[in-house]
Amino acid sequence: MRDDPGLLEADAPTQRLDARRAAMSETTIPSRSTTRPADVPRPVGGLSLEQVLMAVGSGVSSVSLAALLFGQIAPLSGKLGFVVVAFVLYLVIYATLASFIGDRPAVIDRVMTALMSAAAVVAGFALATVIIFTFWRGREALLKLNFFTEDMSLAGPLDPLDVGGIFHAIVGTLIIMALSLVMTVPLALACAVYLNETDSRGAGLVRTVVTAMTALPSILAGLFIFATWILILGYQRSGLAAAIATSIMMLPIIIRSADVVLRLVPGSLREAAAALGAPQWRVVWHVVLPTARSGLTTSVILGVARGIGETAPVLLTAGFTSALNLDPRSNPMVSLPLAAFQFVRSPQPALVARGFATAATLMVLVLVLFYAARVLGGRPAGYQSKRQARRAAESSVELLERIEATHGGAS
Amino acid sequence: MAPEAVPRELAARRSVGDRVFLGSVSFSGAVVLAIMGAVGIFLTLEAWEALSQAGLGFITTSEWEVDRGRFGMSAVLLGTVLIAGVAVAVALPVSLGTALFIVEVAPPRVRGWLVTLVDLMAAVPSVVYGLWGLFLLQGQVIGLSRWLNRWFGWFPLFDVSGADPTDPLSSASVYTASAFIAGLVVAMMVMPIQCVVMREVFSQVPTGEREGAFALGATRWGAIQVVTLPFGRGGIIGGTMLGLGRALGETIAVVLIISPRFDLHLHVLESGSNSVSALIALRYSEASDFALSALFAAGLALFIVTLIVNFVASWFVARSRSGASSEA
Repeated sequence: MRDDPGLLEADAPTQRLDARRAAMSETTIPSRSTTRPADVPRPVGGLSLEQVLMAVGSGVSSVSLAALLFGQIAPLSGKLGFVVVAFVLYLVIYATLASFIGDRPAVIDRVMTALMSAAAVVAGFALATVIIFTFWRGREALLKLNFFTEDMSLAGPLDPLDVGGIFHAIVGTLIIMALSLVMTVPLALACAVYLNETDSRGAGLVRTVVTAMTALPSILAGLFIFATWILILGYQRSGLAAAIATSIMMLPIIIRSADVVLRLVPGSLREAAAALGAPQWRVVWHVVLPTARSGLTTSVILGVARGIGETAPVLLTAGFTSALNLDPRSNPMVSLPLAAFQFVRSPQPALVARGFATAATLMVLVLVLFYAARVLGGRPAGYQSKRQARRAAESSVELLERIEATHGGAS
Repeated sequence: MAPEAVPRELAARRSVGDRVFLGSVSFSGAVVLAIMGAVGIFLTLEAWEALSQAGLGFITTSEWEVDRGRFGMSAVLLGTVLIAGVAVAVALPVSLGTALFIVEVAPPRVRGWLVTLVDLMAAVPSVVYGLWGLFLLQGQVIGLSRWLNRWFGWFPLFDVSGADPTDPLSSASVYTASAFIAGLVVAMMVMPIQCVVMREVFSQVPTGEREGAFALGATRWGAIQVVTLPFGRGGIIGGTMLGLGRALGETIAVVLIISPRFDLHLHVLESGSNSVSALIALRYSEASDFALSALFAAGLALFIVTLIVNFVASWFVARSRSGASSEA
């Protein structure tokens, strides 16, 4: 047997280590200082009293300092400026306080946390002002019942709020949205199924084109229908034209989100159904679509919420009317956002108030839709309500009876 | 001896039901493709007439006088970009801070509320934001415009021609209806879109990595710096660009606020600006066939810009480690 050269070389470091061991007289234990403070676990959650006091203290002092600056010392003015100066002062004072008890990373952490919270506060404040301001400016019109039950055909621009309302716009919005839903939902869902159930090159192409069309500015959908439907084909401006324009805008949005939802259906469910011998259409109809039902509902509702608030395509295609029109095929129709838009372009205060009330009504409608989407979409894929579960159990029992009847029952 | 193993043919003949099913879903796919293709092709064909006549001048000319043959979109496109730029510059810090606050700072009870709040902001119709901007924000912002002009007027973006910021009694009307105010309103619409994408990506940060940072003694900001932000970089860029794409196409809020102008200027604080979609909304009704073609050309240019922005956005999001969140 030949000596392994690697073994010989590996011996060399060992020898060196032995030599060093010999050089050291004894092994040493790292000495532990007796004065070392005991370990205190750092609290990681919740707010300590100290933090609260610091935040409140710097808040009070920054506001008073800013008030002093604005009122007494410097020639500054303006609400916005006051808030900004007070916030900067707050950060400085807070950081100074934090530096008394913490090191540099701790101070930076405090300041950045304050900045992040400020961003959230700014966002929340902005949304609150939008909602409150809209309702406040429209309050006088919103409190009148005739605002919801009459149209504007009898009301002149100088009439008080006791005359006229937006019934025609509410009805117009509902008709336009119903028509767009009838046009988009079956097509969008079938297309989303196509994207998920076939992996051909065609599906890839459709997916790319649909993704690209989500970038289509909504006004272009309106301009397209305006040029084709109204100018080339010669139809009137009508609710139907507005519904088609809105559909073109909503179609890619719904397809894309439905596609994502369908992709989340577990592959194991699909495979289990296929293994039981179900043909593909039964797998889709009885397994994939019911599993994704709540997600699909959400994607449709969010598409509607987007389409309902869209003014631009309706502006170009629906025309404008102040009278109630129930026929989407002819004569102009008006939707809520378009009505709000037209109202506020007038200098008359009564019309502007109506515009705000219209916007508030629209917002309530969108919020209701949005809430419905949250309730339905909050359920995970495959969630069954009590009624659904009971029905499924009943049909299982029925099925069992049928099997027992055909195959002579359980032995 | 056993017969030689031959792999079983796996392809099955599809049943009649399956063939009908596949046929109908493929048909709907084809219909969608046809509709979307028709929009795109029609847009190009319509635009072609105006583009071929205007030639290169379509990019360089700033006026929009189609009947006299002098039209181009340099001013309109610049206005669009300025408004969208202001919107993104304002919305980005707010949306980033809010997304970080929701994921990293907010206690779990508050978190759900904040997520709903941001989704709500995205659902508010743009005409409502437009009213808010026109009647509430404009009055509040003029002071800020004047201040910016006074102290930063040397910077071309904040310059306002014909304004004397040192005179406190000067008319405020030079500051109204500006690209800056329109941009602020559009920022309100862009902010939630960006925030949703960023929050989605941040919430996918692997818990192990974040806990590792904390275990090594990092503060919260330290963990954000070394774990969350690098992980979410694709989401931040992608979300920002998605918001930019939305900002470029916004119509009604911009129409309500700006007073249209057709000259090339960079002064965002100055009264008067323009955007492509506002141009279409204001000019479509009085347009002759050729003028309509010119509007289509402007729309096509906007569409192409938005398309590029969106594709770059999804590329960034998909390329990041958190690729699952490319859907927004």
